[in-house]
Amino acid sequence: MAQTYRDMLVDPMVDNNPITLQVLGICSALAVTSSLQVAAVMAIAVTAVTGFSSMFISVLRSQIPSSIRIIVQMIVIASLVIVVDQVLKAYAYEISKTLSVFVGLIITNCIVMGRAEAYAMKNPPIASFVDGVGNGLGYGLILMMVGFIRELFGSGSLFGVTILETVNNGGWYVPNGLLLLPPSAFFVIGLLIWGFRTWKPEQVEEREYRIQTVEAH
Amino acid sequence: MSETDPQPPEKPKGPIRRFLDASPDNVAKTVTIAFSLCLVASMVVSAAAVSLRPLQQQNAALDKQANIVQVAGLYQPGTDIGEAFAAFEPHVLELASGEFTDAFDAATFDDRAAASDPELSEPLDDDPAGIGRQSKYVTVYLLRDESGALDKVILPIYGYGLWSTLYGFIAVEEDGNTIYGLQFYEHAETPGLGAEVDNPRWKALWRDKKLHADDGTLAITVAKAPPPAGQDHFVDALSGATLTSRGVDNLVRFWMSERGFEPFLEHVRAGEI
Repeated sequence: MAQTYRDMLVDPMVDNNPITLQVLGICSALAVTSSLQVAAVMAIAVTAVTGFSSMFISVLRSQIPSSIRIIVQMIVIASLVIVVDQVLKAYAYEISKTLSVFVGLIITNCIVMGRAEAYAMKNPPIASFVDGVGNGLGYGLILMMVGFIRELFGSGSLFGVTILETVNNGGWYVPNGLLLLPPSAFFVIGLLIWGFRTWKPEQVEEREYRIQTVEAH
Repeated sequence: MSETDPQPPEKPKGPIRRFLDASPDNVAKTVTIAFSLCLVASMVVSAAAVSLRPLQQQNAALDKQANIVQVAGLYQPGTDIGEAFAAFEPHVLELASGEFTDAFDAATFDDRAAASDPELSEPLDDDPAGIGRQSKYVTVYLLRDESGALDKVILPIYGYGLWSTLYGFIAVEEDGNTIYGLQFYEHAETPGLGAEVDNPRWKALWRDKKLHADDGTLAITVAKAPPPAGQDHFVDALSGATLTSRGVDNLVRFWMSERGFEPFLEHVRAGEI
């Protein structure tokens, strides 16, 4: 199964998307998608972390003792997340205030660990880096789609620029308050998964059970 | 290399080579890897934290200054915050007496640290603002007009809302009774509901409200309906954010009371500042 780097980047966006197909990383997708700007920064942060953590883990892979491999992966990931958090606090203070704990929680994002364990432990560094970036982008793509819907209909704006003038500010649009709350992302992601699987029926999982027909005796 | 080639003479392996070739699963190697990885990771993390700290502190300080400038109504897009902030006179205030103190340097006094320092703060039994401990000293900022007369005082206020402690500033006019503005610079209330405390339209409701009723009692309130004291003392509560509104009501009333800035505001009213 020889994959080109391009495939490895594009594959996780649609065909093997970490959120819609693997249903990983849902928790942060609920929390940080109430506005597009925040979603974009989160997407970049996660992409950087998955890319570099996969690369470093791949460099170390032949040296990592199997008995402590998960801990080793966690150390690499956690260090990178702290560095990203510090950089955000230094260069994007306003946004880091909004993201608050969710940057720290990238550590627990299943996508990062999932790629480290499933791919980086068995593949060379550059391929692992590309795979990590691809999965980060796949996550980011869904984040941006959810953020687009939530910000447009929840606050009437996109990237903070008013599109639908809300009643609060003297316009006509009554914002949907539910979309500003994290649970609404469940509905949006659910509908996205439905959409993806209607478009690509091969993504539909096989049923775990089948109703059998009883033969007449 | 074909199989018939003579093997090159075996070079003696150095300790590093031997270590890298060893099976990753022997105990000595596991311990060494774990230790060295932790060492490297901790160095990377500390290097990032230490090298970026000055920038971060500058950001946090700038953010606070920006809020002071905004609450005093001096902010326009493009205003240089540092320059605008230079117009303010910081002072460390002793709350109980309402007098300025020279015991601390106002430029470096840390209100947050003081509020948890047992030497500088005391626990509250009756604690409507939900802050636990109250510092005896806080930093206030004075704004004077060109003739040197007092224009506004900017007072720090904070208290618990629904999810978080809200930190902010209230700007009071030189009469010690009229509110010019109120603004929070740090909180984690629900976006779209409690976080509407940041909505400019809601913040504008505070302009020209009076702290005290004509008989001198503290009358300012955030409520769903005007209090008996009248519209002048009433800020409409945020719809959908009952608990945040109640928190703001409690914290403003707490900080404007005898236990907060009232002793100081008396001095302001007497024209002594």
